[in-house]
Amino acid sequence: MNESERNIYYLRGIPVPETPPPGKDPSPWKKTDIVGTSIPRVDAYERVSGTALYPSDIRLPRMLYAAVLRCPHPHAEVMNVDTSAAEGMPGVRAVISGKTSDTDFAWWYSKEIKTKIFDPLCRFEGEEVAAVAAETAYQAWDAVRAITVEYKVLPFIAEESKSLDSSSPLLHPNGNTAKTDKYSRGDVGAGFSEADVVLDETYRTECELHMPMELHGCVASWDNDRLTIWESAQGVYSIQSRIAEILGLPLSKVRVIGHYMGGGFGSKLQPGKYTVIASLLAKKTGRPVRLFLTREETFLAVGNRPPAIMQLKAGVKKDGTLTALEFSCIATGGAYPANGTSLVDWLVRDLYLCPNVKTETKDVYINAGPSRPFRAPGHPQAAWALEQMMDALAEKIGMDPIELRLKNIPSFSQGREGNPPYTTTGLRECLSEGARAFGWEQARKRSSGSKENGHVKRGVGVASGLWFAGGGNPPSTAVVKLFSDGSVNLNMGASDIGTGTKTVMTMIVSEELGVKPEMVQIEYADTATTQYATPSGGSKTVPTEGPAVRAAALSVKQQLLSFAAADLKTDDSSLTLRGDEVISMKDPLVKVKIHDVTGLRKRGVIVGVGYRGPNPERKVVNPFAAQFCEVEVNTMTGEVRIVRFLGCHDSGRVMNRLTYDNQVFGGITMGIGLAMTEARILDRDQTGKMVNRNLHDYKLPTSLDVPKEMKSLPIEKPDDTANTIGAKGLGEPVTIPTAAAVANAVYHAVGVRMTGTPITPLQLCQALEKDGKERSK
Amino acid sequence: MSSDEDNHACSCGKGLTRRQFLTSAGAGALIVTASGHLGKDQEVSAAVIKSGEGTKITLLINGKQFQMLVEPRWSLLHVLREELGFTATKEGCGRGECGACTVLIDGMPRYACMTLAVEAEGVEITTVEGLMRGEDLGPVQKAFVEHDAFQCGYCTPGQIMAVEGLLRKEPDPTVEQIRQGVSGNLCRCGAYTHIINAARRAAEMKKSGAV
Ligand code: FES
Ligand code: FES
Repeated sequence: MNESERNIYYLRGIPVPETPPPGKDPSPWKKTDIVGTSIPRVDAYERVSGTALYPSDIRLPRMLYAAVLRCPHPHAEVMNVDTSAAEGMPGVRAVISGKTSDTDFAWWYSKEIKTKIFDPLCRFEGEEVAAVAAETAYQAWDAVRAITVEYKVLPFIAEESKSLDSSSPLLHPNGNTAKTDKYSRGDVGAGFSEADVVLDETYRTECELHMPMELHGCVASWDNDRLTIWESAQGVYSIQSRIAEILGLPLSKVRVIGHYMGGGFGSKLQPGKYTVIASLLAKKTGRPVRLFLTREETFLAVGNRPPAIMQLKAGVKKDGTLTALEFSCIATGGAYPANGTSLVDWLVRDLYLCPNVKTETKDVYINAGPSRPFRAPGHPQAAWALEQMMDALAEKIGMDPIELRLKNIPSFSQGREGNPPYTTTGLRECLSEGARAFGWEQARKRSSGSKENGHVKRGVGVASGLWFAGGGNPPSTAVVKLFSDGSVNLNMGASDIGTGTKTVMTMIVSEELGVKPEMVQIEYADTATTQYATPSGGSKTVPTEGPAVRAAALSVKQQLLSFAAADLKTDDSSLTLRGDEVISMKDPLVKVKIHDVTGLRKRGVIVGVGYRGPNPERKVVNPFAAQFCEVEVNTMTGEVRIVRFLGCHDSGRVMNRLTYDNQVFGGITMGIGLAMTEARILDRDQTGKMVNRNLHDYKLPTSLDVPKEMKSLPIEKPDDTANTIGAKGLGEPVTIPTAAAVANAVYHAVGVRMTGTPITPLQLCQALEKDGKERSK
Repeated sequence: MSSDEDNHACSCGKGLTRRQFLTSAGAGALIVTASGHLGKDQEVSAAVIKSGEGTKITLLINGKQFQMLVEPRWSLLHVLREELGFTATKEGCGRGECGACTVLIDGMPRYACMTLAVEAEGVEITTVEGLMRGEDLGPVQKAFVEHDAFQCGYCTPGQIMAVEGLLRKEPDPTVEQIRQGVSGNLCRCGAYTHIINAARRAAEMKKSGAV
């Protein structure tokens, strides 16, 4: 190998950070050369060329295709299943149902509430009744249609507000209350009597569905007693542990691979019944089975953001001091315990300084699909209520809505025991620098003037937020392997769910070892060959895995320096890594090429293991956000056009500006869906069935729904107390304030409060008409 | 099926917006139902092809001919992905709702899930694999990389084909035209802003012949 070839592995002229002494924590990066720049994703080629194999692309020799028969009623008992016709159909290789002997496995939602994979009692439309494996997907569906089921149809309840009525059918023996949570600090009564203004309002957010573009499903294959699953999942280890537990297999016999996956947003943190069904069919037929749901099934059975009815009463003094917040919420996680009210009061408890807070949340059962965590569980709902309330309070006391928020910024977490401080909070900067970048004051004046101009009104709105988690935590293990030519292999268990995890981790390795990003190869998301990682969710993947990867790279560096020290007969603390050489900081003539280091040559590779260290004690790591938008409302048609959006986020250090901005825009886009178009509609009176179970009637935002002007302004405050890379999570905060910001802008434009999502033209026209009547009274 | 041809003819060279596509897809669906009824009423005794039985067709995919037996009901998407292994083309719904399956048919973006394989005889089918130049990416793909025009990447092949089709018809599209052009391709990750930037960049790259 000649000199120039060798240099392809190194970034020329880039100083590599100093190596900490063995056993010492690395100090925070001061100046970075790779981290923080904009580099395209390391797996971009695979994703745009089509060579990336998603689980739904896997085709194994002799593979069968499976399809599931689901209960068409929201509440019914399966009396009889007749699969005889299906069994004899062309291409059909196996049919299983609750009647088949080898399907008797438990599926549990909580300690108390368990069902079976094919349970005779179906509590929501879409519960699994039977399944088929056949040579083609078409044949599997033919067979599903040929299965006849006798149902005893039971009365249903489709509205959470009526779930607790005495006339409503009971879903579970202990009643329809899944969970009640209460929280209180201070004395809200005293707080309200201190206030100059007290407002009380009821808000509602509709049920939102995850709808990742890749459907839910997997391929399952057995080799004797060893099961391999390729699943579209956010984490392989969480799939492995649950499947092993259900099927009673040792963890070592369940291998889960999840390299590429087409989006999850929280709905793919866990396996589904489909994973078990595919495994059972594969076992029964002795052939690999692919089971991916249809789009329609994903509307019914793989989770949602629970709908919430929220009542919020708030008191404020004329000078903008919040005196009391009282919040109550009824939400539903569907037919089973599924955390329907998870974190839905968190922003009320924690976002603004307020001594007197009381919350009560109630999760009730209805006959609908159970929810799953959905991008910042509870937070966009709470922001919808709290952030509209903040606007209303500001108006009442004649204060700018940003000023009111700035008056109430806490430096510690009031919602947690002992008021622990945040490691960092950039909420103030998010609001004030965001306002400047957005041109808030001018835009606010300009658009309020537009109230006079014709039927199209302009308005601007702001909302802020924080995310409950986002600091990451142990455990995580990463392994970095340095080859003798200086190229590097990184082994980690985490999945890259589209957030750019692999790219960010590559940048960390590159930063520490000076190796070019393209010379780093990642092995990831495979329980058989990569390290343990928790699933990618909670906006914690970068702050969890990043420090482990950094530690692993540093361990490689330390070993390399000490091997080189032996060769150079010097002390390793005087050595540093520069390009493709280890060199003495005292005497530049004392140096050795990496590939000549004896210790590396002898071993072939140097392996460094890194672990995620503990989080700081008695401190809270949270990301913060403020978003701004401008809208145009057509008061004749009720149409809202979002003209521009600015996302201003404090997520600590920006690891890759390109993927960072993409994530910000993506979160805003999803929030626009919640605000404007998305709602699960159940036929609550007649059938209890979902009526808009397709992507025409359930409307995801399209390219025409996002504003032409989308901006991202990071408030970059590396959080060096939080972890050794200084980054906090981003994926969830980016969608928390969005919907509320839109509602506030609509209010600013036309003076009506849209308290329920989605703000459809019909809803808005009705509200405008009501408002007009009230004004003319 | 003259109205089917009409659909075909009217859509050629004009491109379809999401809305127009839905109208034409709806018309197609009606025709299928109607002929289904006809068949029953008239008790047509002609041989019915059963599940698992094939009819022989030749498809022209990315410039190569493929002769094969297909069931008449198989969609082009099924044939591409499951029978031939062109898995770049994705399935997001299988019924004309999402655009993940977008391919070019005679240069125009079409949903492969809404096209029967037997209908796709005699036309030129292009998938993302067909935009590659050996191992190298084509200009639209390169622009997508540069502008990070995706997150999970699942809608991406469809988005790329939509942009490719747009640029073949309109080499210098405005932002509005791009927004329309990809409006039949859902991206739940919400990468639209970057997709639009990438489409602009791809237009420049194609124009300057830089690739
Ligand atoms: S798969 Fe064809 S449009 Fe969705
Ligand atoms: S990149 Fe994930 S759906 Fe578009």
